[in-house]
Amino acid sequence: MNAIYQALADIVDAEHVSDRPEELYIYSFDLGTAEPHRPDYVVAPRTTGQVREIVRLANREKVPVVPLGGGLSLAGLAVPLKGGILIDLKRMDRILEVNEKGRYAVLECGVSQGQLTSYLAAHHPGLTHSEPGAPPAATVAGNALIHGQGDLAQPYGFNSDQVNGLEVVLPTGEVCRFGSCAIGASWFTNHPLPDVGLFFGWCGTTGLITKLSIRLYPAKRIRGVGQFVVEDEELVPEIIGRVTGTQMAEDVIAYSRAIPPFGLGLQHFTVNIAANSEKELEFKQELIWDDALGEYIRRGDGGYLGFTRGLEHPQISKTSDYKKGGGFEYVGSIMPIEKYPECYRRGREISERHDIPYTVTGRCVGVGHSMMFAWTYAFNRADPETMRQAREALHETDDLVLELGGVIWKPGTYGQQLILGRLDPGTRALMRRIKEVLDPGGIMNPGNWEGI
Amino acid sequence: MMPLDTYEFNDVIHRCFRCGYCKFPTNWMDVNNCPPYARFRMESYSCGGRLWLTRAWLNETLEWSEHLAEILYSCTTCRNCEVKCPLSFNVDIVNMVVAARSEMIERGKVPPAVRRFLENIDLHGNPYGSARSRRDSWMQGTDIERYEGQEYLYYVGCTGSYDTRAQRSARALATLLGKAGASFGVLGNHENCDGNEVHKLGEAGLFEMLAQDNIERFKALGAKKIVTLSPHAYNAMKNLYPLYGGDFQVFHYTELLYELFKEGKLDVSNGFDARLTYHDPCFLGRWNDGYETPRRLLAAVPSLRLAEMEKSRDAALCCGGGAGNFEIDLLGGGDSSPARRRVRHAAETGATVLAVACPKCLVMLEDALKAEELEEKLAVRDIAEILTEAGGIR
Repeated sequence: MNAIYQALADIVDAEHVSDRPEELYIYSFDLGTAEPHRPDYVVAPRTTGQVREIVRLANREKVPVVPLGGGLSLAGLAVPLKGGILIDLKRMDRILEVNEKGRYAVLECGVSQGQLTSYLAAHHPGLTHSEPGAPPAATVAGNALIHGQGDLAQPYGFNSDQVNGLEVVLPTGEVCRFGSCAIGASWFTNHPLPDVGLFFGWCGTTGLITKLSIRLYPAKRIRGVGQFVVEDEELVPEIIGRVTGTQMAEDVIAYSRAIPPFGLGLQHFTVNIAANSEKELEFKQELIWDDALGEYIRRGDGGYLGFTRGLEHPQISKTSDYKKGGGFEYVGSIMPIEKYPECYRRGREISERHDIPYTVTGRCVGVGHSMMFAWTYAFNRADPETMRQAREALHETDDLVLELGGVIWKPGTYGQQLILGRLDPGTRALMRRIKEVLDPGGIMNPGNWEGI
Repeated sequence: MMPLDTYEFNDVIHRCFRCGYCKFPTNWMDVNNCPPYARFRMESYSCGGRLWLTRAWLNETLEWSEHLAEILYSCTTCRNCEVKCPLSFNVDIVNMVVAARSEMIERGKVPPAVRRFLENIDLHGNPYGSARSRRDSWMQGTDIERYEGQEYLYYVGCTGSYDTRAQRSARALATLLGKAGASFGVLGNHENCDGNEVHKLGEAGLFEMLAQDNIERFKALGAKKIVTLSPHAYNAMKNLYPLYGGDFQVFHYTELLYELFKEGKLDVSNGFDARLTYHDPCFLGRWNDGYETPRRLLAAVPSLRLAEMEKSRDAALCCGGGAGNFEIDLLGGGDSSPARRRVRHAAETGATVLAVACPKCLVMLEDALKAEELEEKLAVRDIAEILTEAGGIR
């Protein structure tokens, strides 16, 4: 029997290790357009100690290690580009602590967004977390590590900003902790120890996160979504500015899409509002719809489409089944909000050039500080030509992001190379030194940030 | 032409995105509600994994292997995936798996345990390989009547007929029906397998033979109303037999008992002094929307305190026995087996009794109880047994 396989089975157990074609096939794919690459082994550990032993084994054997959470980034970040050991971390799914007074939760890295939402609703109904628009199977840790954003992004920013502490297995097998937990205190804060933010945005090339502490926020009793629409995309930045200026919203999203046809060319807004009483809700609605946006309604530039109580938690995403094709991928960017009109127009052009109905979305991150702007391209998984078209459109859009002055969010390998090509030489050199120090064997998710 | 071209769901199967909704229960509390995924926690065993592997096999990207077949046959057809999948093809997810199994059977490529299961049913009329002449052993020593035109034909099924634990629930039901004055009879050794599992294993030809054999026998005897011990038989007779001309009034036993209770014929006045939790069988719940009647029956019993598990009704975790897995057992062993997970769910409620309404669940969960060493805290009882006690019947 293969020595590495046997060693993995000894570390975990035979049921959670595989080198059989079926597992290698399934774990070779991203769910988007990235080309598949097969791992040599798949292993699903249960503990930090097992992860540590797997990484040590990989170092000894000089075999790549690819960490996988929910596998829903759609950017090919967990495709084993150079084979090796794919570590499926979803068995590490315990919610270790919820601290109501300190408003944080300590989670193992495999805890899903849906699991945390459900757990809080059942056991701590006064608390919530910033839940991304990803399917509920996306992991909390994975989303934070790619700088995800959730439905509390407007007041609180990126989900990576919500992290209070980490437990990390380094590429050489040591286990480290960051934040207050590093000195044996509780996991209540990431500050004020020396900043060693070495893991966010690195696409799994600097270590494996095994635990994290994430901030929780008050869950108001009434939550709902108000909708607003304008025709002129040039109005979107100032509308976002006015809504965020009220500081009354939990989430502000602008979007436009070709399907359904009556929405073509219109810019829709969803504004999440939360309140503990009808009085509070009425007050907030008045500030947003009357004071901030009333002028657009009176001028006939915009329309208020109503307020629906209740949030769909977790959100249902049906984008993948557009035209019964089973696939979509998007380019996400972090972009100045003022760029919305151009992002919309240029994205629409790319879509139409590739015969794909356009879908664009901008979610406000912070109080108007930036937005996550996404261009989505659907494809038919059974039709390689539509996948090729979508891939081309995605690459064009990666180029567009940088051209417009944005930053590609969770870039795939194509986007990573574009970024490296523009990266400040000093920054690039520092990143290279960090990578060399942390991962001297170059085993962590190779192919990502290649040639740094 | 590749096999995918002739596959019944050729134009659908690529639509699964593998978003993972199918792993969750309705309340999203974990990703352990797909029985094979809960057991193995590898993506290959998830619902999406099965569909992607099926497509890869049918388009000849992936060769058939016994492991591939085991992955496909480990699906218990519990329909949790169909409840959770938000996309419009969700109604065909189980059908896609069954159709893939049919393709394997067509080519003679099935796991040995599946082959034995089907051979036994073909040869002996039951999956256990026991003699047809022993089918009536469950009723030895009783005065249960043979069916001769009574109002109800009581169909016991393979598990109730042969499994020694399930035989007790089969006898309990017969006793209850008799005590309530129901007119019923049984087929004894003339009973044949209902074929529900055969259908779900993808053996359409054998299922058709079984269905036609049963339908002809029921019709020849003049049966109009059938009451089943097992939700599996109930599902086949209610939903599949009409396709072959078998238009009977089919009742799961809890439905008939509840009617008898409402008519004042079922005495439960002795009560059942216990905190109890109820496990929804997939073929009664998710397949036939039978969530409330068993609960109404239990609620009618004095002193019985019903405590729901976090996963109940359409969020219930399957016991792992569906689609023949009570015998084929591709999900057994280890503390992550669906049955062991389920008895732990039951124990968490603080109940001392785990009630079931399915002989397969009864056997699966009682075995799991032993493996979990929970026997001193919890007992698995069929609703028929609970009502027998509540009726003061010994």
